[in-house]
Amino acid sequence: MNRHLISAADLSRDDALLILDTADELARMADRPIKKLPTLRGRTVVNLFFEDSTRTRISFEAAAKRLSADVINFSAKGSSVAKGESLKDTALTLEAMGADAVVIRHSASGAPHRLAGWVRGTVVNAGDGAHEHPTQALLDAFTIRRKFGRPGGEALDGLRVTIVGDVLHSRVARSNVLLLNTLGAEVTLVAPPTLLPVAVGAWPCSVGYDFDAVIPKTDVVMMLRVQQERMKAAYFPSVREYSRRYGLDGTRMAQLPEHAIVMHPGPMNRGVEIAAEVADSPRSTIVEQVANGVSVRMAVLYLLLGGAEAQA
Amino acid sequence: MSGRQHAGMSPGTWLIKGARPLGGDPADIVIRDGVIDSIGDGAAPAGAQVLDAAGLIALPGLVDLHTHLREPGREDAETVETGTRAAALGGFTAVHAMANTDPVADTAGVVEQIWRLGRQAGHCDVHPVGAVTVGLAGTRLAELGAMAESPARVRVFSDDGHCVSDAVMMRRALEYVKAFDGVIAQHAQEPRLTEGAQLNEGEMSGRLGLTGWPAVAEEAVIARDCLLTAHVGSALHVCHVSTSGSVEIIRWAKGKGWRVTAEVTPHHLLLTDSLAAGYDPVYKVNPPLRTPADVAALREGLADGTIDCVATDHAPHPVEDKETEWDAAAFGMTGLETALRVVQEAMVDTGLLDWAGVADRMSRRPARIGRLPGPEGALAAGLPASLTLYDASARDTVDPRAHASRSRNSPFAGMELPGRVVATFLRGTPTVLDGKLA
Repeated sequence: MNRHLISAADLSRDDALLILDTADELARMADRPIKKLPTLRGRTVVNLFFEDSTRTRISFEAAAKRLSADVINFSAKGSSVAKGESLKDTALTLEAMGADAVVIRHSASGAPHRLAGWVRGTVVNAGDGAHEHPTQALLDAFTIRRKFGRPGGEALDGLRVTIVGDVLHSRVARSNVLLLNTLGAEVTLVAPPTLLPVAVGAWPCSVGYDFDAVIPKTDVVMMLRVQQERMKAAYFPSVREYSRRYGLDGTRMAQLPEHAIVMHPGPMNRGVEIAAEVADSPRSTIVEQVANGVSVRMAVLYLLLGGAEAQA
Repeated sequence: MSGRQHAGMSPGTWLIKGARPLGGDPADIVIRDGVIDSIGDGAAPAGAQVLDAAGLIALPGLVDLHTHLREPGREDAETVETGTRAAALGGFTAVHAMANTDPVADTAGVVEQIWRLGRQAGHCDVHPVGAVTVGLAGTRLAELGAMAESPARVRVFSDDGHCVSDAVMMRRALEYVKAFDGVIAQHAQEPRLTEGAQLNEGEMSGRLGLTGWPAVAEEAVIARDCLLTAHVGSALHVCHVSTSGSVEIIRWAKGKGWRVTAEVTPHHLLLTDSLAAGYDPVYKVNPPLRTPADVAALREGLADGTIDCVATDHAPHPVEDKETEWDAAAFGMTGLETALRVVQEAMVDTGLLDWAGVADRMSRRPARIGRLPGPEGALAAGLPASLTLYDASARDTVDPRAHASRSRNSPFAGMELPGRVVATFLRGTPTVLDGKLA
């Protein structure tokens, strides 16, 4: 496995399965009264968040703490970054503090690549611009594997996953297309043509514009958040039209195969891309995805920081 | 413009032995009083300094139509002194200094200041480009006539860095410069189609999650401007052509007999958008690096003359403007000190252009487009002795730390390239000897 986790493309099928299997073991721990492992004792994990994302930061923080790492939360707001400090100087500061791992969330695509060139520690991408969010894809794959009852060691071969919404600006979509493809799933992207990259034909997935045509042939439907600002930039005529054509409501959900599940990376726009009755239905895995996020991020930190090495 | 002061050597008598003019048969070039005295098998004139140039190619001094010297305003990136040193070391004897300085070169006063700084530096001629609109803002024509009549004799006008996107403003500018044989050099970029644009829109931008800069945003403006130029009977020069579609449009416009000329940068002749994969902003430039198909079309266009010339778009930036995340980084690359070497790699060593062709595309044609006063861009007895001696058999790895430019943002850093500029003469005075400033 690479030293960093920056793109889902960094993971081979074996790497990805190792992370999912490790997460399975670690998830079992979460049911014990004492949830903590001593694995990363004495090691420092910095959460470097240049964008607000309470849920992702808390998830990484919980993961690191359950592995007994020291956690430093560094949020750009009110820090030296807000005063104009460059990413490089921030990186050098973290380096001087002896960060073993830096978990970075940044609005600029590629910021984790740059950071990896400036620090000695491991870099974990917690979402960079419209590029990638690999731990989200891992927790989604983990969730799918559990819901379809596939045991450890097995991948997602043959499962049909449909990702719907703003693919153009979505780091979740990019990471999921790459990882789910690595794990053998058949991915279909559905979006208005305005919200697909122009060269999406080169991606390892199918692409369609007609949600209703794809729904009956779907095992997993993953709804993407539609950002408010897209509505003002003529990507689609109106929120209502978007919702009618690409939203998942009760009627559409009824057309899904019996066994199909509904996913959303959150935060949701209820009534836009997903109806409340769908979000709250038994098919929805949205709350489980959050819980699984901690186990998967524990596995990532554990494997990248090498528990054995820490104890040596 | 003769009689200028030069900090280093004064024009003397030179015998350049055994150089190959335009890559042809070896000949001796005698320079006297700033002029080429003879090309042939010259006996050494009395008191001549002799330069053994066996095996070196002699080219007319290179002319760059597109250079950012950054002075006034960003002397931390480049000055006229450092930029013209870089130019001389790259084999250039004339550069056109772009107008996007601070203050903008949009008045006779500013262009005259830049012109004087060039004369003081003395490493090459500096021809200021005047802004088309006041402050490059696109709303009011700058005093183009005053700049044309100033001692700087401005003939090329450009808002480079910004597109003159308003069709009426572009029409008026094209019409107005007819009065003094000027040319509008357009940075073709439809602004609405490129809001926040970071990288060529295509497979790479989609994969990297960087906002796309679509080819159509360049091509649509070029097509419009060609039609406007024909309509008002003026002259258009297209800056830094970067797409295969642009080459086709320009080929069509030239076929109509319209007065349209175009340039391509060295980096667009060699590099592609796949270099952005690691998000290193040294590869961030405007217009962006494109695809291998575009590179092939640009080379073909330069070879068949559709694209008239190579222009560097030398765009120095201080290190802190490039050591950032991609989105935050400045656009631009240095290019003066590598241009000829890149052209050898992309055009000569590939068999697309011979050395006479290089002389045409890097000296004669840019000199004509820039309306330079002298008979520049040729090597012949009786002409001013502005020339470059180039060792095409040399080869080494580009190290920007060794460059004379104040900035280090060369996308060719670490690449092995052919060639070495051995000497440059400006009207008989050596500005570079043995690869070093004279």
